[in-house]
Amino acid sequence: MQIEKSVTDGVTVLRCDGRLTMVAAPALRSAVEEAIGGGARRLVVDLSTAPFVDSSGLGALVNGLKAARVAGGDLRIAGASEQVLSVLSLTNLDRVLKPYAGVAEARDGW
Amino acid sequence: MMRQLLVRLLVLGTLLTGTSYVVWRWGWSVNWENWWIAVPLVVAETYALVDAYLFGLTVWRIKVRGDAPPPPEGATVDVFITTYDEPVEMVMKTAEAARRIRFPHSTWVLDDGNRPELAAAAERLGVGYLTRSEDWTDRPRHAKAGNLNNALFATDGEFMLVLDADQVPDPAILDRTLGWFRDDRVALVQTPQWFTNVTDSDPLGSQAPLFYGPIQQGKDGWNAAFFCGSNAVLRREALMQLGIVGYVREVGAAVEDALRTSRRILARAARAARRTDPALARDLEQLRESARQGSRDLRAGTPVAEVTYAFQQAVDGVSRGAVERDFAGIAEDLAAIGELPVEVDQEMGALVVDDAALDRLAEREWSPLGALESVRALARAVDVDRGDEAQPMMPLATVSVTEDMATCMRLHALGWRSVYHHEVLAHGLAPEDLRTMLQQRLRWAQGTLQVLLKENPLVQRGLTVAQRLMYFGTMWSYLSGFAAVAFMAAPVFYLCFGVLPVNAYGMEFLQRFLPYVVLNQLLFLVVGYGVKTWRGHQYSLALFPLWIRACTTAAANVFLRRPLGFVVTPKTRQAGGGFPWRLIWPQLLATVVLVTACVVGVVRLWTGSATSTIGTAVNVVWVGYDLLVMSVIYQAALHRPSDEEHGAGIPAHVTTTPEELES
Repeated sequence: MQIEKSVTDGVTVLRCDGRLTMVAAPALRSAVEEAIGGGARRLVVDLSTAPFVDSSGLGALVNGLKAARVAGGDLRIAGASEQVLSVLSLTNLDRVLKPYAGVAEARDGW
Repeated sequence: MMRQLLVRLLVLGTLLTGTSYVVWRWGWSVNWENWWIAVPLVVAETYALVDAYLFGLTVWRIKVRGDAPPPPEGATVDVFITTYDEPVEMVMKTAEAARRIRFPHSTWVLDDGNRPELAAAAERLGVGYLTRSEDWTDRPRHAKAGNLNNALFATDGEFMLVLDADQVPDPAILDRTLGWFRDDRVALVQTPQWFTNVTDSDPLGSQAPLFYGPIQQGKDGWNAAFFCGSNAVLRREALMQLGIVGYVREVGAAVEDALRTSRRILARAARAARRTDPALARDLEQLRESARQGSRDLRAGTPVAEVTYAFQQAVDGVSRGAVERDFAGIAEDLAAIGELPVEVDQEMGALVVDDAALDRLAEREWSPLGALESVRALARAVDVDRGDEAQPMMPLATVSVTEDMATCMRLHALGWRSVYHHEVLAHGLAPEDLRTMLQQRLRWAQGTLQVLLKENPLVQRGLTVAQRLMYFGTMWSYLSGFAAVAFMAAPVFYLCFGVLPVNAYGMEFLQRFLPYVVLNQLLFLVVGYGVKTWRGHQYSLALFPLWIRACTTAAANVFLRRPLGFVVTPKTRQAGGGFPWRLIWPQLLATVVLVTACVVGVVRLWTGSATSTIGTAVNVVWVGYDLLVMSVIYQAALHRPSDEEHGAGIPAHVTTTPEELES
């Protein structure tokens, strides 16, 4: 999995390219921490190019959310596929981390 | 097949005769005149019958699995060796064996003791070494569960083999077990625990052949094989899912608590403000409505983060207006707000919000603005980041000091399957002295009862009825201490004072009682054929003071938040010393009383003050049986292990093998 980072208007977007599984989770985790360490406060994890997310991947998202909140910021997820949405709802995580349709929607109203 | 049929026949026979006996006892033979002993006795007998039902259900479907299929291709595995303060040589011996496991894997020493010499030894051997991340500083550590949770986020294997520091694995352990994970729904494969430092007579009852045998196989038949903390392989995906589900639940519950408390604070503040500042009172009422709406939204499934965000916005809006109106009493209140009751219990750490303290907070007389501010702080404190915990997710359950059972129950509730693989693939060390053994048993019992009181399996959604009963059965067995007291007291009162708890100890009693007892014993004989079950049976009665203590301390811990009060298990053997009077004085006292009662009973029959020969005989036999069973504690107290053989010290197992009670 590749993670592409882009910053516009104070929002950091991390785009996950590939399967976000237990193998890739540590990479996402450190990417989020790095971004926060670099001063980012509002982060969007773009999952539109991640066809599959497992529980470890969700774990990395929760860890990212925590890191962002602790730093006084926030983390949102965008562009989740059907599979990802079903994992989110299976674990009830969509009750905490609301899936936004796309990066634009996630930026909206921040 | 034949054996299973025989087991089922005996189960049916035991339960039929047992039920008829207990019904007859309640309906026709309780001597109500002496209710103070008659009722405890019949209650104890009923307890034992319920236990027999649960045991019967357990062995009804004994699942004898053969070999596992070959391991899934390309499976990645981490081997975790958990340690706190066991001797470095012991840990390294296990690590060396773990490295020799044939299936490709990474070996990790999880050192909760943070010892440089162990780190160096691990590096020399070329195995991984993990300690807690700095997130854990000043937060609840959750013992072994915390240690494993920490490691979960530092590694990435698909499966993990968990080993206690003393459990030396067989090189084939992964080849033999991983195949069960070909079934995608399997989350756990548990193998037996076997101890090498135990003699054939096993005076401390360390081996648990009935548990790591028919009982686990029986639970497996109902898809309820237990996780016992060590010698087990787990699927990362299942644990992670558990962690996320748990995280969502805890966050939701904490926010719900905060909203409820906010409503109470606001209601009081609004009442107070009505006289002095009607405008503010209206604002507060409105905010209270927002809190109510928040609770409703939460129940309706609105994302938690949005609920808290909306409520925070509402609070902020009202605050801005209020500040312009009311400055009174702010300073004083702000000082009180500094101490929010959102803390964690130091020992268990499971708690997010302290309800009692929240109550106090709600009862306080706030100035309207102070009330607002406290509500605002409350809403912030229970936000979604779980700042009170080192990690937002705790895949291994932390509600109990025995994390294994709680974790397993939650896995089952999520629909995962577990497997009991009946083949010894790791060899460990058992406690070698009475004190250490007693502490270990106490800990298991306390942990199990904590789970019962906090997450009663009978009402857990997602579990099948049989799974609920399998968990409940193990917990039920830990209540046996109270029954044991009744069983010992009744014959004493009869023999010494002629107090009859039963209407008649005549032939009718024997006719109803004997078939039940004989069938029950036969059932044990058949179920436990080929394994030694007598030790476990003895300890279930002989440790009655310990079981009672476990019940009272666990209840005090859960309901009154008292610490469990167990001493951390000493890892090295206690110095020889003399006879451990203080450890077993209740058993000594019981022995003296029982022996005296026998003598008195016989004398009374001799002199004619007692008339029923059958009654005296039944009670003397009964007492003799009690004494025989309890004699194990004296063997254990006199037991002195040889120092040459096992100088390394004794491990502290946090694992659960409650065999002696499962009967």
